[in-house]
Order: sequence, then structure tokens, then C-alpha cells
Amino acid sequence: MTITTREPRARRAKLPPEEPSIPQRGKGTGGYWLYLLPGFVLLLVIVLVPLGWNVYLTFTSWKGVGTPDFIGLENWAKLLTDEDFWTSFANSIWMVLAMVVVPTTVGLLVAALLFDVVGRKFGGKIGSFLRATYYLPQILPVAVAGIVIGWIVRPGADGALNQILGAFGIAPVDWLGKMPSALIVLMVVLVWVQIGYPVVVFMAALQRVDPELYEAAELDGANWFQRFTAITMSIIRPEIFVVTLTCTIAALKIFGPVYVITRGGPAGSTLVPAYYAYQEFFTKRHVGYGATIATVLTIVVVIVSIVFIRFQNALERKERAGL
Amino acid sequence: MAATVLVETAIEPARKPGKTPRPRGGMTKKRGIDWLMLALVIVGALLIIAPFYLVLVNSFKSPVDYATSGPLALPESLDFTGIVKFWERVNFPEKVWNSIFISGIVAVLAVLISMLNAFAIGIGRVRGRSWIVLLFLLANLLPQEALLYPLYYMFKEVGLYDSVWSVIIIFTVIQAAFGTYLLSSVYGTFPKEILEAASLDGAGRWKILWRVVFPISRPTLSVLLIFFFIWTWNEFLIPLTFLASNANQTVPVAISVLQGDRLMDVTTTSASALLGIIPTLIFFLIFQRTLTRGITAGAVK
Repeated sequence: MTITTREPRARRAKLPPEEPSIPQRGKGTGGYWLYLLPGFVLLLVIVLVPLGWNVYLTFTSWKGVGTPDFIGLENWAKLLTDEDFWTSFANSIWMVLAMVVVPTTVGLLVAALLFDVVGRKFGGKIGSFLRATYYLPQILPVAVAGIVIGWIVRPGADGALNQILGAFGIAPVDWLGKMPSALIVLMVVLVWVQIGYPVVVFMAALQRVDPELYEAAELDGANWFQRFTAITMSIIRPEIFVVTLTCTIAALKIFGPVYVITRGGPAGSTLVPAYYAYQEFFTKRHVGYGATIATVLTIVVVIVSIVFIRFQNALERKERAGL
Repeated sequence: MAATVLVETAIEPARKPGKTPRPRGGMTKKRGIDWLMLALVIVGALLIIAPFYLVLVNSFKSPVDYATSGPLALPESLDFTGIVKFWERVNFPEKVWNSIFISGIVAVLAVLISMLNAFAIGIGRVRGRSWIVLLFLLANLLPQEALLYPLYYMFKEVGLYDSVWSVIIIFTVIQAAFGTYLLSSVYGTFPKEILEAASLDGAGRWKILWRVVFPISRPTLSVLLIFFFIWTWNEFLIPLTFLASNANQTVPVAISVLQGDRLMDVTTTSASALLGIIPTLIFFLIFQRTLTRGITAGAVK
């Protein structure tokens, strides 16, 4: 992912505008805009106009019919005292834990083990077979993944997990009916779905690590852990960065599993921003308020992206300066 | 939406393979700790597989079989009632067709628009192109909730609400936004000599695009096509909102809306999960090599 290739502004300004790759014959480069036209019109109608409209709706009270009533900042003020809103964003932190922190850490370990130990000492075939196994849940639509795990924790005596626990004499548990188990079930879905992504990406990255570096470190008496932190981590840092950024954004937007498993329950304790906005739009018909929640989510996503990219650029600069 | 995680990972033609690690000390020298590590990774893999196993074995049990033998055992005899019941209930072939229709058209249109955009940005080098690329990238990163209600209202007004075309139009734009971002950088490095030669032969821009750029970049385009298809197949929020009537729904939506239905007993629900898994599993098996290359090759340029 290369949003990181932004040149320092001063340098870019000095460059003359580049020529098209196809030599010019008399007519100007204006004709190229025609190629952008369909894409741009679609972007305008499907993304830019709705986005602006959605921001406008945050200043209104609207049931979805008739004209929206302009109410100023009332929706925004309501956010401050709305407990469900704060719960939903607090739950986003749990979603990030389940979708970013756990998969990245565990994925790094699994990738290193598969590559370093399994791949080398037991053969590449076992390594790639295990990699494919870890990747398998990634192919599922996340809503279907939610249904699979939701089926396992089905409440009542006939739920699979309850049946298994029943064999040990444990009475059926209503996993989705109380906290914290409802939130934990959601997190399990996300970890399960997400784990394969870092494993696959990191294993590919590890192939870039020159084995001679390892041998040199080994001769210097470095143990596996020291080698891992000093060599491996620094070489595959770009991949760690990409995985963290993309997964954080995905975690903030999570909707499917909440819809199919808990519907935000019990009593709103597993609400996430995307589901909360959806509920305000279509169940409660508080369109203006739903738009406000969606706008806050958008702002958070944009801020997270900018912070990440800035951070990565700063790291790169530091690295180049150090060389 | 975990599936869309892939959206932000660039797909690039595979880098030349790195050095293959030399097996140091041969493959035979295994210490006890190595066996322990292997065991650890295998236990992890078994945990990942377990939910698939549970859904698979229990979809083929009769409710009585399930009640007596529990969820872990293999079915006593293959019983298709759960699967048949759910298959007929949702009219599964219809849902599969809807999903194929929507995802297929989106994939083709989105690749086409990405190519036109990228031609202007990467080869035509239009002014302000870095801002245009950033704009398309942002369009792809946005949470869909921020567009949801205005789109819902717009499509209702033009009479496309509850039509597969609403979903097709929206995803064409969202996928093409990513495709534009990616293809622009690919076309930015398109070999200039080839373009110049074609131009000397008298080919205009339109002809160069179709006779030169399109065939040469076909490998990248086909990877994009496959990814767009699968990403659209896996989408949930927008199809859920826009496809209200049963006959228009996609596979994930049709399965989801029936969860919690009173008529869904434990084995039927298991069968519903299995039917949700199977199509994507088939795609995975068919496109496995393209997929892993796409995911891994371009994570970092």
C-alpha cells in the first residue's frame, strides 16, 4: 500500500508537470479528462454528494419523510450525554483488540514459527498446509463467520458449546444474554476471521530476510528471541504497519457479526458505532442522529489513517537519516 | 468487515521471489523444542478448523441424532433434512444466482472504470493527479454508513430501491475507487517505448488503450477482477439495506435474516451456516494461487 510515497511538498512543487507517456501530436492533454469523466461522475453521485448530504443531515431532525427540520447542533450536543454512543465507541476499542492487537501479535508468532521452525525443519509442505489452514476463515463473508460462531454458542440445552460443557456437568449458559460473554463471543469471531491475514502477509515478508543475517547473529551468540526482535521485526516492519492500519480501519467499521449475533444486546452493551448508526437510521428513524454517529465514525477513520501514515513517514525519514 | 481488509492491500504483479532459505544443518536435525513448537502450531490450526468441523458434521445429522450423540460425533447416517429444508426455505439457487449476477457485473464494470481512470492518471498524467488518486482512495476507506441514508433515499426516489442494480451501481463505484488507486501506480510505470512505438504507428489514445495497454496489463486486471468479485460477494451492510425483498437477496443476506427464526432448529441452522461457507470455499479452491499472490505480493511496494 503506497499512500506513503508522498514526496515532501517543497520538492514536488519544483518539478515541472510531467508529460503524458504517449507523445503529443498537436492537441493538448485535455482529452485525457474525458477518460476520467465516467468514473468521476459516478464518484460524485455515489460518494461525494451522499457524504456531504450526510453531514448536512447531522444538523437536522428527520424521520426520512418530508423535509428535514434544521435543529443546529442539537444532535452533536446529544452525543455528549448519550451513554449508548460512548459504549459503542468503547466497544470499538475491544474490536480493535480482537481484530488488530491479538491477530497481529499471534500472527507474527505463528508466521515466525511456521517459517523458521516448521518450514525449515519439517519441510515447506507442512508449512504451507498449516498456513492455508490458518487462512481459511478469512475467505468467509464476515456475516457468515458470525453465523458459524453464533451457532456454536446457541443458547439453551441444544447449543453445541452447551452440549459439550454439559458432558462435564455444567448447566447451559446463555452466552449472548449477558456480559461479558456476549462481547467475548463477538471478539472470538473477529480473532478467528482475522488471524490468517497477518500469518499469510508476514510469512511472505519473512522470505525477504536474508538467512546470512541470521547466521551472523547466531555466530555473535544471539538467541532466537534476540534475532527475532532485532532482525525480523525491523525488516518486516512495513508489513506490520500495513496490517495494523488496514485491520484498525476494518475493526472500526465492523457491522456484520454484531447484526447476526447480538444485535447490540444485551441492553445495548455490545453496540458498535456502525450498528448503532444503522439502528438509528432504520429502526428508530432518527435519521439526523444516525447521520451524526456515522459522521463521527468517518472522522475517526480519517484521523486514524492520517496518524498512521504520518507515523510511518516519520519512521522512514528517521531510518533514512540514520543510514 | 474483515473481508474488506483485503481491500486496502495492494495487488501487484508478484515480486521476483526472494532467496529461498537454505536449510541449515539439514532437515533431519530436530530438537525436542522443535517438536514442541510444531505441536503448538498444530493445536492452533485445530482450533481454527474446529468451527468448520462442527458445522460440517452437524449439518448432516437428524435432530434426533444430534440430541443423542452430541455435536462432536460424526453423524450416524447422512441425513439431508436440515440442508434440504434450508435450501428450499431460502430458495438457495436463486440467492446464489443473485450473488453471482451482482458480483460478476460489479467486477467487470469496476475493472473497466478503474482502467479508464488509471489511463488518464497514470499514462495521461493529468494535472493534480496525486490529489485525484487520494480522493479515490478516501472514497474507498470511508465507512459505508456515512453514505448509507442519502443513498437509500436517492435510490428510493429514482425507483431503484430493492433492485439488484442499486447494489451493483454502489459497489462498482466503491471497488473502482480502489482499482483506480492501484492501477494508476501500475500504469504510471508502463513502458514508455511501447506507447511511443504505437503512437508512431499512428494509433490514437483510444486505440492505444485497447490494443496496447489493455492486453499488456491483463494479468493485473484479472487479479483485480477476481478480488472485486469476491469482495462484492462478501459485502453485507449495503445489500442488507437495499435488497428488502427475498427474491433479490444475496447469499450472506438471505442466510442472516433467517437467523433466530422460530422454524430454524439446531441442525437447520447448522446447515444454513454450511451453505454460506460452501460458495466462498469453492472460490478459494479455484483462485487460491491468484488470491495468495495478490494478498502477499503487494502488501508493501
